[in-house]
Amino acid sequence: MSKKNTSLRIFNIMGYSMITILAVISVIPFLMIISSSVTAERSILRDGYSLIPREFSTQAYEKIFGFPDDVIKAYAITIFNTVAGAVTGLFLTSMTAYVLSRKHFAWRNKFSFFFYFTTLFSGGIVPWYILCVRYLHFKDIPMVAQVAPYLLSVFNILIIKSFIQSIPDAITESAKIDGAGDFRIYIQLIIPLSKPVLASIALFIAIGYWNDWYLSFMFVENSSYYSLQFYLYKILSAAEALARISSLSGNHVGEMPKENVKMAMAVIATGPIILLYPFLQKYFVKGLTIGAVKG
Amino acid sequence: MVRMKDKTFFDRLKEYKTLLLMLLPATLFFVVFSYIPMLGIGIAFQKYSFSGGILHSPWVGLDNFKFMFMTGDIFNVTKNTLLYNILFIIVNNVLEIVCAIVLAELSGKYFKRITQSMMFLPYFISWVVVGAFMYNVLNYEFGAFNTLLKSLQIESYDFYNKPGIWILIIVVICAWKSFGYGTIIYLSAVMGIDGEMYDAAEIDGANIFQSIRHITVPCLVPTTVILVLLSMGNIFRGDFSMFYQVTGNNPVLYSATDVIDTYVTRSLVTSSEFGMTAAAGLYQSVLCFVIIMVFNTLIKKYNKDYSLF
Repeated sequence: MSKKNTSLRIFNIMGYSMITILAVISVIPFLMIISSSVTAERSILRDGYSLIPREFSTQAYEKIFGFPDDVIKAYAITIFNTVAGAVTGLFLTSMTAYVLSRKHFAWRNKFSFFFYFTTLFSGGIVPWYILCVRYLHFKDIPMVAQVAPYLLSVFNILIIKSFIQSIPDAITESAKIDGAGDFRIYIQLIIPLSKPVLASIALFIAIGYWNDWYLSFMFVENSSYYSLQFYLYKILSAAEALARISSLSGNHVGEMPKENVKMAMAVIATGPIILLYPFLQKYFVKGLTIGAVKG
Repeated sequence: MVRMKDKTFFDRLKEYKTLLLMLLPATLFFVVFSYIPMLGIGIAFQKYSFSGGILHSPWVGLDNFKFMFMTGDIFNVTKNTLLYNILFIIVNNVLEIVCAIVLAELSGKYFKRITQSMMFLPYFISWVVVGAFMYNVLNYEFGAFNTLLKSLQIESYDFYNKPGIWILIIVVICAWKSFGYGTIIYLSAVMGIDGEMYDAAEIDGANIFQSIRHITVPCLVPTTVILVLLSMGNIFRGDFSMFYQVTGNNPVLYSATDVIDTYVTRSLVTSSEFGMTAAAGLYQSVLCFVIIMVFNTLIKKYNKDYSLF
C-alpha cells in the first residue's frame, strides 16, 4: 500500500511541475507582447525587449488611437467576416453533419465520402485561385471573398457528426412518431442537444476568420477592405522593408512604426477573440471527439 | 430488408427530399471550391495565360514538370516539407498525449482549469502576431534573446542569417501554438474511458503508472491512429501562414524553411508562371494522395476499425 502511495506522490510531483512549466511557457509570449506595448520606445532600443517594462509608457496606444480611422476600418471588416462566417459556417456545418448522422439515410456514406475526398486530393492552389479570381470575380467582391472560402471544413463536419451520433436515437424517434420532419428535428432537438460541440466549433470557426490574413493577401486590392491581421501584416512588413533599406543605405528613409507601436497593434489585433474563450471553455472537453468518416 | 431493396432511386429521392435539400449547400460548396478546381489540373499541362483561360491556352505536355524538376528547388522544398511534418507529427502527438494523460490524473480542479486555459491561449493568436513576436525575440539588434546574451557578456546570435537553427525554432513554435488544442482532443478521449477499469485495476493493486501503462495508453490508440492518419494525408503540405509569417518570408532562410506551399504560393503571387506553379501543386496533391491511400490500406489490413475510410 505504501509503495502505491509513493508512486502516486512521484506522479503528482512530476505532473504538477510539468503542467505548470508548459502553462507558463504558453503565456510568456503574451506577457512579452503586452509588456513591450507599454514600454517607452527608447527603452526598447536601448535595453531590448523584456518581460517587465523597464520604462512604462502608453505612448504607443495614444499614437494608434490618435489616428484611429484605419484601425477602426480594419476592425469593422474583421468583425463582419468573423460574425458572418461563424454564423453561416456553423449553421451549414451542423446541418450537413446532422444529415450525415441519420441512420435511415442510406446515402450517408456516399455523401460523407464525397466530402471527405476533397481532403485526400485537391486540384492545388492555382486552379482554385484562377477559379476565384477569373470566374467568381472575388477581387470585385472583397466582402464575399474573405468569408466564402472558409465556410465549411470536412474536419468540423466530422466532429459534429460524431457528437450527434452519440445522441440516443430514442429522442429523435419519438419526435418522428409525433410527426416532426427532419429539418424540424434538427432545429428543435439536435441544435439544443449539441450545444457543447457547437460552442467549440463556433469558436474554432470564429478564430479562423479573426486570424485570417491569407484571403486578404490573395484577393483584396483595395486597402479599405483589409482585414485586421492583414493590416497588421502590412504595417509590420513595411516597417521591416524600411529598416532594411535604411540599414543598406545608411540613412533613415521615412518614418517607420516604432517597436512599441507594432506590439500595441498586435495586442489590439488579438484582444477581442481571447475574450470569447472563458464563455465557451466549459463546453470544450465534452464536445470534441473525433470519429471516422464511415458509419 | 427485402422491401428496402425494392425501393427505386426515385422513391428514395422522394423519401430523402428534406435531407437532400439540407445537404445542398455543402454539396455546392465542395463542388465549387474543391471539385471544379480539380478539373483545373489541366493547367499543369498547359502554357496557361489569364487571357486565354483553360480552354484557349496551348497544351505543352510535360514541359511544366520538366522545367520544375530542372530548376531543382522542388527537391529541397519537398524534403523540407516532409521533414517538418514528420517532426510535427512526432513532437506534437507525444506532447499532447502526455499532457492529456497527466491532466486527467491530476486532481486539482482549479489548477487544471487554469493551466488548460493558459495552454490553449497560443491557439488564439494569428501567425502574423507570432511572426512579429518572433522578430522581437530573435532579431540581432534588440531582440530579447540577444539582449539576454549581451547582459551575460555573450556574443549576439544572428538567427536571421542561420537557416539551420530554424528547423528547431519552427518545430518548437508549431508545438507551442497547437499543443493546447491537441491536448483537448486527447483529453476528451481519456475522459471517455470506462472508469470501472481503473477501479478494477486499483483493487488488483496496480499503481498509477501501471494503470496508465495498461489502461489509458491502449485506450488512446484508436484516437492516436486516426489523428496521425489525418496528418499523414497532409504530410506533403505545409501551413503556408506559419512558414511565411514565422520566417518573415526571408529568402536567406529558404534552404531550411521553404516548403511546397510557400514555394507554390510565392510563385503564384510573384510570377505569371501559372503552368509551372500548377504542376508543382499537382505534384504535391498526388504525393499526398498516394501516401494516405497506402497508409490507410496498411492500417485497414492491421485493424479495420482504425482505418479512415
